[in-house]
Amino acid sequence: MTTLPATTEKKLGLAIDLDTCVGCHACVISCKEWNTSNYGAPLSDTDAYGADPVGSFLNRVHTFEVTPDLGEADKQVIGETPIAQVVHFPKSCLHCEDAPCVTVCPTGASYKRTEDGIVLVNEDDCIGCGLCAWACPYGAREMDPVEQVMKKCTLCVDRIYNENLPEEDREPACVRTCPAGARHFGDFADPDSNVSQLVAERGGISLMEEQGTRPVNQYLPPRQKTLADLAAKNSGFQGGCGTALAAEAKDAPGFFGWLDRALDKMG
Amino acid sequence: MFTALSGVGFGLLIWLGLGVPALSGWAAFWAFGLAYGLSVVGLIASTLHLGHPERALKAFSQWRSSWLSREGVVSVAALVVIAPFAFWRVFLVPGGVGGLAGLEGLEWLRWLGVLGAAFSLLTVVCTSMIYAQLKTVPRWNMGLVPVLFVLFSISGGALVTAPVAQTVMGTVVMLLVLTVLQWGYWRQGDRRFAAAGHSMETATGLGGIGSVRLLESPHSGTNYLLREMAFQIGRKHQRRLRLIAAVMVGLVPALLLVTVPLWWAGLAALSVHLVGLFASRWLFFAEAEHVVGLYYGKR
Repeated sequence: MTTLPATTEKKLGLAIDLDTCVGCHACVISCKEWNTSNYGAPLSDTDAYGADPVGSFLNRVHTFEVTPDLGEADKQVIGETPIAQVVHFPKSCLHCEDAPCVTVCPTGASYKRTEDGIVLVNEDDCIGCGLCAWACPYGAREMDPVEQVMKKCTLCVDRIYNENLPEEDREPACVRTCPAGARHFGDFADPDSNVSQLVAERGGISLMEEQGTRPVNQYLPPRQKTLADLAAKNSGFQGGCGTALAAEAKDAPGFFGWLDRALDKMG
Repeated sequence: MFTALSGVGFGLLIWLGLGVPALSGWAAFWAFGLAYGLSVVGLIASTLHLGHPERALKAFSQWRSSWLSREGVVSVAALVVIAPFAFWRVFLVPGGVGGLAGLEGLEWLRWLGVLGAAFSLLTVVCTSMIYAQLKTVPRWNMGLVPVLFVLFSISGGALVTAPVAQTVMGTVVMLLVLTVLQWGYWRQGDRRFAAAGHSMETATGLGGIGSVRLLESPHSGTNYLLREMAFQIGRKHQRRLRLIAAVMVGLVPALLLVTVPLWWAGLAALSVHLVGLFASRWLFFAEAEHVVGLYYGKR
């Protein structure tokens, strides 16, 4: 049935920490491995070693550059000046409460589970029309190029309840593998859960809120870093360029400072 | 593209079902044949386009929630309900094909025609809603889309039989309104993405700390999403195609109908109209900008 449940008992999902993610893509690979060798049709690749490789993935990491608005830069204390930063941005199904991908499905292959809120596809019922992928704002669904059925994140439903696995492995493959600890799995319906508390502390973000999908997955925003942060980070390099920037290169320590002064003296 | 053909087919069925014109015998045979041909070819082509056409029957199950499922249900209902009416008009009315002729007391069948016309209209509405419901494509997510699809369908259907049905003036008015609405759709659509407020900042939720640009794509090649939803090549000839569509959809067919008062003017007008319709429908898909493009620094 492709109507959505009014509420779900649990709201299982991920809290993804953009301050911690280092963009290593380990979650992408781990996800592909688990989901190609277990539940449903394998995640195929076509022309994998050729000139035009294409494959289906349930999780991808984008990398963005965020440039702060320096409209009032002249009024700012130099050390507090925000700097541009690189944000690695893993993206998979957000298991939306108001999932538009589910209601558009003509066959009932797509559904949202009442017990835990996970959005799944019954591949045996999927006719490969692709409409659910069109309805998703986040690009979370991809048609498998070989099987021609819709693939999406299952939140590793075959791991999280799997009693054949050791207890510490009963979480999604992406979470289990993340070397930086940037991905957190839990129940957003429980205000005391690890993910709910992280979201409360850090001010979780919903992606593209204006679409009205009410995503369960939340993103923890990166802290705004400043020139002083950069200087502090680079101070270990004995007067690296960060320090030079922060102190306006007047009396920077170390080799570069000496070079600067020496060149000044040469007139 | 298939939606364009089936749209005209169902448009013709709407008018034939309503008895405008009330054709009989061979004339009815060819008219219904054309209507069924266009709509069935369109539907079959769409079905074969699926990843798993062998499971297509499952698509009749979710009419409570899915516009695509509803389209399947009402389109089959339309084709089935109109069939006895068409059979009556072709074979059983006085002067019918094959000399079966003159069965009395079948007048009630015209109500099946009316019902079939209603289902045909609903089919076109459902087709349009498949696109219009998608918030992810702001250009489609407009009330004007169902209006435009319905108008395309009923004016395309009307112009085929306009000279025979003596409805040339009405058809010309519809074609002119269609042309104006087509321009309106393009104008409104061009502003729609920005008006919906989607940006890379809202997509990533990072707008709070600055303006966002893509530094590195998740992968060096392409993927399903980019091929399907961020397909930009088709937009290359946008201006020329708009002009072609605007002229061929309504103006030239209207001129043909007004100047050539012969039955085949309808078919000639249809062939010109189809060229415009194909250009229009090509742009409908090629210009569609899906919000997922924002994650790839594209629209």
